[in-house]
Amino acid sequence: KCGIVSVQDNRISIWSAGDLGNTGLNGEYHGEPRLLCDIQHNGDVMDMQFLDQERIVVASSTGTVTIFRHHQNNQTLSANHRWDKAHYHVDQDTSCGGAACTGVVCNNPEIVTVGEDGRINLFRADQKDAVRTIDNADSSTLHAVTFLRTTEILTVNSIGQLKIWDLRHQRNEPSQIFSLAGDRVPLHCVDRHPNQQHIVATGGQDGMLSIWDIRQGTMPVSLLNAHEAEMWEVHFHPSDPDHLFTCSEDGSLWHWDTSTNVSEKPSFLHQGGRSTAYLSHSTINQSVVSAWLSNDPTKDRMEITNLIPNQTLSVNSLDVLGPCLVYGTDAEAIYVNRQLFA
Amino acid sequence: PGDIGLLLQNKGLCFAWGPAEVLVCETLFGRAGESRSRSWAGRALTGSVVAGTENGAPSSSRVFVVRRDQDIYIQTLRKLFNESHGIFMGLQRSEEELAGKSRKAQLVQVSKNYRSVIRACMEDMHQAAVSTRDPALQGQYSTQVSILSAMELIWNLCEILFVEAATAGPLLLRLLDWVRLHVCDVDSMVRDVLGSESPSKHKLFWNVVDIFVLQGRMDEARHLLSKEATANPASMNMYKILDDLMKKMPVPSLSNTQTLTELELKWQHWHEECQRYLQDGTFASNPHMESICKILLGDEDAILEKKELMTTWYHFLVTRLLYSHPTVKPMELRFYAQSSMDLFLGGESSPEPLDLILMAAFEFEMHQVIKECSIVLSNWWFVAHLTDLLDHCKLLQSHNLYFGSNMREFLLLEYASGLFSHHSLWQLGVDYFDHCPEYGRVYLELHIERIPLSTEQKALKVLRICEQRQMHEQVRSICKIMAMKALRNNRLGSALSWSIRAKDAAFATLISDRFLKDYCERGCFSDLDLIDNLGPSMLLSDRLTFLGKYREFHRLYGEQRFAEAARLLLTLMTAHIAPCSFWMTLLTDALPLLEQKEVIFSAEQTYELMRCLEDLTAGNPDKQKFQDDDVETTKVEMLRLALARNLARVIVKEGTVEGS
Repeated sequence: KCGIVSVQDNRISIWSAGDLGNTGLNGEYHGEPRLLCDIQHNGDVMDMQFLDQERIVVASSTGTVTIFRHHQNNQTLSANHRWDKAHYHVDQDTSCGGAACTGVVCNNPEIVTVGEDGRINLFRADQKDAVRTIDNADSSTLHAVTFLRTTEILTVNSIGQLKIWDLRHQRNEPSQIFSLAGDRVPLHCVDRHPNQQHIVATGGQDGMLSIWDIRQGTMPVSLLNAHEAEMWEVHFHPSDPDHLFTCSEDGSLWHWDTSTNVSEKPSFLHQGGRSTAYLSHSTINQSVVSAWLSNDPTKDRMEITNLIPNQTLSVNSLDVLGPCLVYGTDAEAIYVNRQLFA
Repeated sequence: PGDIGLLLQNKGLCFAWGPAEVLVCETLFGRAGESRSRSWAGRALTGSVVAGTENGAPSSSRVFVVRRDQDIYIQTLRKLFNESHGIFMGLQRSEEELAGKSRKAQLVQVSKNYRSVIRACMEDMHQAAVSTRDPALQGQYSTQVSILSAMELIWNLCEILFVEAATAGPLLLRLLDWVRLHVCDVDSMVRDVLGSESPSKHKLFWNVVDIFVLQGRMDEARHLLSKEATANPASMNMYKILDDLMKKMPVPSLSNTQTLTELELKWQHWHEECQRYLQDGTFASNPHMESICKILLGDEDAILEKKELMTTWYHFLVTRLLYSHPTVKPMELRFYAQSSMDLFLGGESSPEPLDLILMAAFEFEMHQVIKECSIVLSNWWFVAHLTDLLDHCKLLQSHNLYFGSNMREFLLLEYASGLFSHHSLWQLGVDYFDHCPEYGRVYLELHIERIPLSTEQKALKVLRICEQRQMHEQVRSICKIMAMKALRNNRLGSALSWSIRAKDAAFATLISDRFLKDYCERGCFSDLDLIDNLGPSMLLSDRLTFLGKYREFHRLYGEQRFAEAARLLLTLMTAHIAPCSFWMTLLTDALPLLEQKEVIFSAEQTYELMRCLEDLTAGNPDKQKFQDDDVETTKVEMLRLALARNLARVIVKEGTVEGS
């Protein structure tokens, strides 16, 4: 059962996208997502993630981080725990001095948040105060955070740097800094390959997708020109990581497919949509070297498809699980695609 | 805004404009200069209650917050705004090359899409009204439902008459659909009657039959009548005749199987047949059936008797047309409409705004329709989108308003401006401004600068919009605002990031100065992660370049690469990369290099350094400053000494012949 959490007029809502079994003869999906419950939220929702089956951690533009609990028996939402002023500026002029919390990532019971104040917080779901806070971790805004390993996190910032932080060490310095070669284009999102932990993808303000191998070098392995505006989110498919999804301010959502069966067919038989493009990538030892890291342009191809036919406003967020893709736009609409690989 | 009307008794009104609202309050002050009371405590413009005295007695003043376009704050209407935006954009982008029928079909589809959005909204609003427990909210929702319903009614009529421009024949069918869909709630009555044990005995039975006939739903009427016939075999004969007449009634068809003339002929025959049966007294014993026969003959009085069932004059109009003039032409509608309204209202009640709008539509007065709707409705959504659609149908001549812009553009500008006062719907407004060729850009420029930038992400969205439209002024302005905010919050990296986005060299210089100032105060650099990784952005401003290079000097020194460090330090001064204010610091940094065991600076370099020092001290006419400040004088003395010593050593070193 797909659960989607959405934000409308600063409310957190839980929707049911229906049972996976509820499909017709040709596999079409019947019915629309139904609103199950919602609750008021103070400030814009900048990011959110499920902590476990019932709890969701939400990052607010006011700098507050809240855990909401979804009570499935009576379909209600309640605020379980709140860390006020997790992120804040030291500015005498503003009355509250809150800084937006821009990113949150969970690894139950640990929660890591980053914000416009350049601060990194480590919380535990059951503890009132932060376990650890790195003040001034970055002189610019931290836009996103994700776990690299259970004790290491990755952050991206608005001067185009990818940083690894080792939470075991007490020093408030990153253990490694990576940056793009040319202009310091801000990076907005980051995701790690689910199986091969050295492969990291980031998205930038210029819509560029960068793939990094963090074992070697300080610069990206490949730079792929994709969107025409900020790339807001990038996600590897959790169970099928040959597939990557990116969404952007330009209103498009791209599906990047490096699975090998694409290369078997001759190119003119490919069933691409109107906006399908082909990029060359090789797959020398497909089983060992991921297609994402290959840099021999002769062999295999990567198929890129825009999943949105009539794009207008920005696609702000997406998530993918199994055959299900969910994304939300600035037109205050949520879309559910339940047959991603059909 | 409550009871502003009560304000103006013997008092004046003063107001102040805010970003999204107006503050209004009453005042005893007349125009500037006059005052009726001596101890007035001041104008209330801040939202607080102001106490004043009038002839010694205390009185209090109230401040009102007047806000336009309250509708944008209604939750359920947001779906309307969002979805219609999508339809609007689709229409603007649709291919104009399609001509004739396919273009018309396309436009009709757009119209239907708009209407289905209105209906979806009505549904949501209705659900909200039913599920809420707050009576005030329920009232508000119910009002909205009726407003939306009226909007759909008007739009549907405009679609039939203007967009589709239905011709005689199909016109009647469309009007019948329109009436069936919108006027009077038949379904619940039908359910009651059919659900009862013996429908023909139900008290509403004949009402339902009548309304079916009035709406031209012959099959359904006949089906019900058959129940009456089975229950009442005595009337079997009458029933068979009536049934036959109803079955044979000629109606216009949508396909071109018969011409209008053929239809008229058939209809004439049929009409005469009905007439015969009526005059023969066939239905005399059953007043209900007789009445139906009269209706079939288009007898106005008979139809008017069923006023309560029809509920509106436009239902009456369509029924009349169905039974007296089914091949009515569009241009003939106005006469029938006027007389129908007069007959129906009969001088008892006067027409309501909705009636006037519909009348204007029947009279094909498009401008009148739009004008009336603008006055009656509380926001511009309806007229803006309808006018835009009509404009795409090429139906509106440019109706020049005093500032010269055409009506479509005027309405779209008003609508979009309203959207801009909302914290997230403003994004829709941008697209509307884009499609206003004359003033859209100017409006956008003014509005976009006033969007509150509460988070960086919002600022980025606004920036992207400005960049896409080459609004360079606004880009610079927004980046400056964000950079200043960041600077105030000590987020120097963020501030630099915003300067880079705007290519704002002046601001980059400001930030660099801030870094340098911090360094001078604390003796070390903050935010090394930024300065060490400036990359090509270092070239944005000279000061920034200096900062990067200066940091590099420190790094080289730290790595004990003294010769390179020395060279760099000198270049910073001689190539005038360093600002003059910093030269003292640089020279002081040279001290440890001069004092090294090994000679680092060459003779030439030493001369250069001396020259720099002299330039620095001599160049300042206000020597008092230097002489009074002991620390400064000591520093200069030390430098002179060190330089001299270094010079001595290096002359010897360079003069010595190696290895001989």
